[in-house]
Amino acid sequence: MEGRPLKQALARAQSRAKRRALLLVVPLLLFIVVTFVAPIGQMLLRSVHNDAFARNMPNVGAWFAENDGAPTEDAFAALVADLRLARENRTAGEVGTRINYELGGTRSLFTSGARGADDLEPPFATSLVEDDAKWADPQLWQVMRTASSAYTASFYLAALDLTRDGDGNIVRVPEGRAVYLALFAKTFALSALITAICLLLGYPVAHLLATLPLAKSNLLMILVLLPFWTSLLVRTTSWMVLLQEQGVINNTLVATGITDTRLPMIYNQTGTVIAMVHILLPFMILPLYSVMRPIRPHYVRAARSLGATSWTAFRRVYLPQTVPGIGAGALLVFILAVGYYITPALVGGASGQLISNLIAYHMQDSLNWSMAAALAAILLAAVLLLYWLYDRLIGIDNMKLG
Amino acid sequence: MALPIYATPLERIWYYAYRVICALIFLFLIAPILIVIPLSFNAEPYFTFTQKMLSLDPMGYSLRWYDTLLTFGMQAPDVPRDASWWRDAWTNARWVGVAKNSVIVGVFSTIIATVLGTLSALGLSRPEMPFRRTIMAILISPMIVPIIITATGLFFFYSSIQIREWGVPYLGVVLAHATLGIPFVIITVTATLVGFDHSLTRAAASLGANPRTVFRKVILPLILPGMISGALFAFVTSFDEVVVVMFIAGPDEQTIPRQMWNGIRESISPAILAVATILVVISVLLLAAVELLRRRSERLRGL
Repeated sequence: MEGRPLKQALARAQSRAKRRALLLVVPLLLFIVVTFVAPIGQMLLRSVHNDAFARNMPNVGAWFAENDGAPTEDAFAALVADLRLARENRTAGEVGTRINYELGGTRSLFTSGARGADDLEPPFATSLVEDDAKWADPQLWQVMRTASSAYTASFYLAALDLTRDGDGNIVRVPEGRAVYLALFAKTFALSALITAICLLLGYPVAHLLATLPLAKSNLLMILVLLPFWTSLLVRTTSWMVLLQEQGVINNTLVATGITDTRLPMIYNQTGTVIAMVHILLPFMILPLYSVMRPIRPHYVRAARSLGATSWTAFRRVYLPQTVPGIGAGALLVFILAVGYYITPALVGGASGQLISNLIAYHMQDSLNWSMAAALAAILLAAVLLLYWLYDRLIGIDNMKLG
Repeated sequence: MALPIYATPLERIWYYAYRVICALIFLFLIAPILIVIPLSFNAEPYFTFTQKMLSLDPMGYSLRWYDTLLTFGMQAPDVPRDASWWRDAWTNARWVGVAKNSVIVGVFSTIIATVLGTLSALGLSRPEMPFRRTIMAILISPMIVPIIITATGLFFFYSSIQIREWGVPYLGVVLAHATLGIPFVIITVTATLVGFDHSLTRAAASLGANPRTVFRKVILPLILPGMISGALFAFVTSFDEVVVVMFIAGPDEQTIPRQMWNGIRESISPAILAVATILVVISVLLLAAVELLRRRSERLRGL
């Protein structure tokens, strides 16, 4: 060790300390990458990759690769060859489902086409179309052309209510079939509404907690923390019990004669908003409280003594000091609300569903997994953007729990 | 914030109105949780207070829904309640079974989350940690990413590696719940290390303690409260998690939230309220534990 310059020894010690710190984090980082980051990445890949058509229809795929424009007799011959292949391998349903995602009502076209493919005689361009006129539809050929490549952007187009017409141009889908953009808009609007209500309810409570003596405020804090610790399903169940047609609130309203008709407060948007505000309110109060607690009362008193009314003193002196708390709470509540699933699924009915519920629908019921992945990717992008903003403005290490 | 003597009448009114508003908001927060407790003792299968309950008639109250929790799924629920009846309840009753599963999944995922989370929190709070911000952002992200996206990703991942065929029951669910619990452990343990005085460890080392002793005698007592409350958070996260379980668990792998979810979706019966009451009692206990730990931690760190 003798004779080594101090600078070098320091650098070495420092890099050793760095390595040791990193070594503590590496196991968890690996764990999270394997059990969380990689699965989500793999899922996102699904939103641009679907080879159900490309894998099972090689001949027509080869024709698409070599030719542009309208289908010729060769193209129909390749299609019939593929349909025969699909019948042999029992993959017609899979192929039809893939095309059906983009052009409704075509799944049965493929299954019945595959059934009858063996009996067809050339020229196929006429015999296939005679069998079912839909085979001549230019839009169908356009969809097959896109699907013949395993990588596709069409699920993202669909998630934004866009589609390709017969000539391959990107156009809006007809009014009646556009669902996704409206749902995204509704999800963001409802989340903003929930955030606003949370702020409106959370601000006075946080202020009260921050100004009371510590012993009292700790006691009242329990009322905020208990909901935070209580099972989400329990809280959702309670709201179902309270808001039902025959529930406690409606019974009270009718018994006291405030209304004659029972209000529909659940299985709609109202139910979703009420229950979600209740669930997310602690996430607003806690960051607000942690910003308000250290604010010293002297400033407001000084403002008052200089002649400000209590409203002016609040607006010009107190409120600006709580802006970091408002930002932290509002961003956190908004991020959590945008991706909410359980509560809308249970109390949302038809009108209170959010984008997460549609992802679940595509995962579990319609089984259009690529579509689910594309919607998830868009939602994830929005959430990560907000998360990045949160980190920039507030810093993740300032997140506190209780 | 006592009312100053120079307050105008309007300010006096506002002072009391403000307290009333706050009281109402507290009521909004707490009433929905407390309301299920009396309703779970309803003698009738309704979700509202019956006339008998309102007049505090003992006939209006009963333990029948708690009884249902025990007997539902039993082979012979109607025989006299002796040792063999209880054995039957322990092995066959549906809700007892799912409770056992929930506890097993919760304990194992909590252990993984706490060990890995504490280690990395120790690394992250060292001043020389490189890429601190990025790594922290990645490790906290399971808390932020919408649960449906996590569940979807894990569904594809675990079915592609066929984790259910590995012969370890609940392995997928345990790993997923550990991932979801880790952010809580990191946040709570990091919070106890804020303002950690590194001269303490140096002092210990200079007095001849080896690194293991330093950790055991100096660092561990300081972070222990944070570790335990992080572990409790992780346990509650797992204990309450339903979406991932629905997506990746096998059809026979039932937990309390999954059973509740099915109960709520199909035909909600007051038995759900009995479960809810038990869960509320558990969360009150956990909250009390975490509060005690937080105070202990603040005392230890001299805050």
